[in-house]
Amino acid sequence: MKEEVRLMKGNEAIAHAAIRYGCDGYFGYPITPQSEVLETLEELMPWETTGMVVLQAESEVAAINMVYGGAASGKAVMTSSSSPGVSLKQEGISYIAAASLPALILNVMRGGPGLGTIQPSQADYFQATKGGGHGDYHLIVLAPSTVQEMVDFVGLGFDLAFKYCNPAMILADGIVGQMMEKVVLPEQRPRRTDEEIRKQCPWAANGRENGRKRNVITSLELESSRMEVINHQLQARYREIEKNETRWEEIDVEGADYLIVAFGSIARICTKAKEIAAEKGIKVGIVRPITLWPFPTEAVARAAEGKKGILCVELNAGQMIEDVRLAVHDNLPVEHFGRLGGIIPSPEEVVKALEEKIIK
Amino acid sequence: MDIKDIIRPENKVYSKPELLEEVHMHYCPGCSHGVIHKLIAEVVAEMGLTDKTVGVSPVGCAVFAYNYIDVDWVEAAHGRAPAVATAISRLWPEDVVFTYQGDGDMSAIGTAESIHAANRGENIVMVFVNNAIYGMTGGQMAPTTLIGQKTATTPYGRRVDLNGHPLEITNLMAILDGTCYVTRQSVHTPGNVRKTKAALKKAFENALAKKGTSVVEIVSTCNSGWKMSPEKANEWMAQNMFEKYPLGDLKNL
Amino acid sequence: MKEEIIIAGFGGQGVLSMGKILAYSGLMDDKEVTWMPSYGPEQRGGTANVTVILSDEKISSPVLDSFDTVIALNQQSLDKFASKVKPGGILIYDTNGIHNHPTREDITIYPIDAMGATLELGNSKAYNMVVMGALLEAMSYKLPMENVIKGLKKSLPERHHKLIPLNEQAIEKGRSLLQK
Repeated sequence: MKEEVRLMKGNEAIAHAAIRYGCDGYFGYPITPQSEVLETLEELMPWETTGMVVLQAESEVAAINMVYGGAASGKAVMTSSSSPGVSLKQEGISYIAAASLPALILNVMRGGPGLGTIQPSQADYFQATKGGGHGDYHLIVLAPSTVQEMVDFVGLGFDLAFKYCNPAMILADGIVGQMMEKVVLPEQRPRRTDEEIRKQCPWAANGRENGRKRNVITSLELESSRMEVINHQLQARYREIEKNETRWEEIDVEGADYLIVAFGSIARICTKAKEIAAEKGIKVGIVRPITLWPFPTEAVARAAEGKKGILCVELNAGQMIEDVRLAVHDNLPVEHFGRLGGIIPSPEEVVKALEEKIIK
Repeated sequence: MDIKDIIRPENKVYSKPELLEEVHMHYCPGCSHGVIHKLIAEVVAEMGLTDKTVGVSPVGCAVFAYNYIDVDWVEAAHGRAPAVATAISRLWPEDVVFTYQGDGDMSAIGTAESIHAANRGENIVMVFVNNAIYGMTGGQMAPTTLIGQKTATTPYGRRVDLNGHPLEITNLMAILDGTCYVTRQSVHTPGNVRKTKAALKKAFENALAKKGTSVVEIVSTCNSGWKMSPEKANEWMAQNMFEKYPLGDLKNL
Repeated sequence: MKEEIIIAGFGGQGVLSMGKILAYSGLMDDKEVTWMPSYGPEQRGGTANVTVILSDEKISSPVLDSFDTVIALNQQSLDKFASKVKPGGILIYDTNGIHNHPTREDITIYPIDAMGATLELGNSKAYNMVVMGALLEAMSYKLPMENVIKGLKKSLPERHHKLIPLNEQAIEKGRSLLQK
């Protein structure tokens, strides 16, 4: 398949991207607002073309454990869900991280807690960036703000996951999942052959081909001194990822008096708010973290220099703001603005919040 | 005659399977797991499947099965082995994938995964070791614990009114269209060991032939959890377990 | 050029698909486009709306509080969105079933009998394309018809391509409602 320009929903785009980036297997369970991922894959029947496996599992729990199995065997595998379903997956995600396996997980966030609402939210920031499951681990967390980034981050997510043998998560929201935009689908990347997989993943459990030493994928180690070593190895990898893979976008930070920090589709609402504020003579810059973990701590600190205040705009009650405050060490006022329950703030509301909470 | 005249290859009548690792097993003396591990190691080697077999070990006493049988392994979360095996089998269709699960793993926390993998007819072998108790965590009640049986969480014996009925999950698997072979065996006598080995071989053959899911339940003892000597445990099993869990094929297509 | 449009009506009036055809037509005309629906239970017969933005430049917010053009296809939508038209903007609404008509004087208002025009065409499924015709006629951005046809082809599954001439006819019918 050649490169192609299409108009499609973020969720549909994920399905197309999975096929085109050479994903070997997708395992999912329907949940609003991301069921189009599985639906689109079933409609496209990639097992007939690239040979990709698609399976509707009996639960989110089964789906993430299928991902664990597929990843353990060296294949490029993924799952997708929305907040309540991602909660169910947390045990499996912890195992995948602990066993140092590459995998991709998409969360199209909806409002919670509990069954919550099917409308958009960003309230799973803590869950995605601070662990989510049990134990000391991190996911590489990518926050797309456009349908194009939904596509691009499937490729980037798999690349980073395999580079570091660590699970990656695309943390999207219902807005970017449900909206349609122009998107450039990449040229088909061929799936790796079994031989290529064996070469790239000599650790994988897929049969002792040619009598090689057996591979065991496990996260269990009852001997404390050895378990501590494993933990230190994980932490060393996280430091490496922090050093190499922190990503963010800055918009008109230079010369601005105020800073807005926002991620995902909300950053775009803030970009519009910035334009409205400019008409009122208020100069605003924006920092959009693209990797939520590792968080662009230094970038936020640099951007905050000389500013009069920071507004964190999030579709939650105040989660990323903790990382922003840690970044700037309370050197300037940092306030939060967010809507809850699935309500999306308008750009005008953001400007009003900036005026009331920061400019005063 | 010198002993060296006796120890000669042509006189050898039995040896440890080549795929069993040279390590001490952590299992209690008298436990059935060691025998079952040996049978799997023999079957895999004899069928020439060493380089295409992947085992999925459970959470339970057999969590360390990967330390003993010299094939590739993935250690699954509690109850999730059939989901893990599903993915490996689908992504590597030429491999032979088996799960090794206890009664808690298969019929309590992992019931959904077991039933659905079997119902989809995944080309996998599910080895189910049923000793009617949670061995690893210290002898608590399992779904398969018999009525009246004492465990750490049924100290006065399992009661239907408090704890419900023993779950015959293998019978449930037998009625699913996805299973091709469902059998219940034991390893407490040499005759039964031979039958179990034949059952395992058939199950692996089914997986190779892509006939669907094979379930081999092995009714077993837990002399530590049951607080009996190994010999007494075998007697107790024959007297009490086989009534509820009778041996033989439940399905053989 | 930048057009910020909201289309609002009952679920089942073809609001979302009209938005999709409009967005795809814009894409065929080399514009940046976004299509942002209200979704959920609203898909099942309640009110539905979709925001479509067509622009020469990269689009920031897909969610807006005010619009260049509002299309309201029932009373609830009219009540909710008439006030959201930017001064100097356009409001198009179907007069069928409307008892409270808009009174703003700082915008251009086009009351149209889209349902009546659709019935004249004899195919109620063409309703949203009649409305689309009115929109294409009203917008200051003139979307070339050839790109609208391309947009239709991209939006509709292959098996429905035989309906494209009917849709084209409906769009012309919608245009004529404003030319009167």
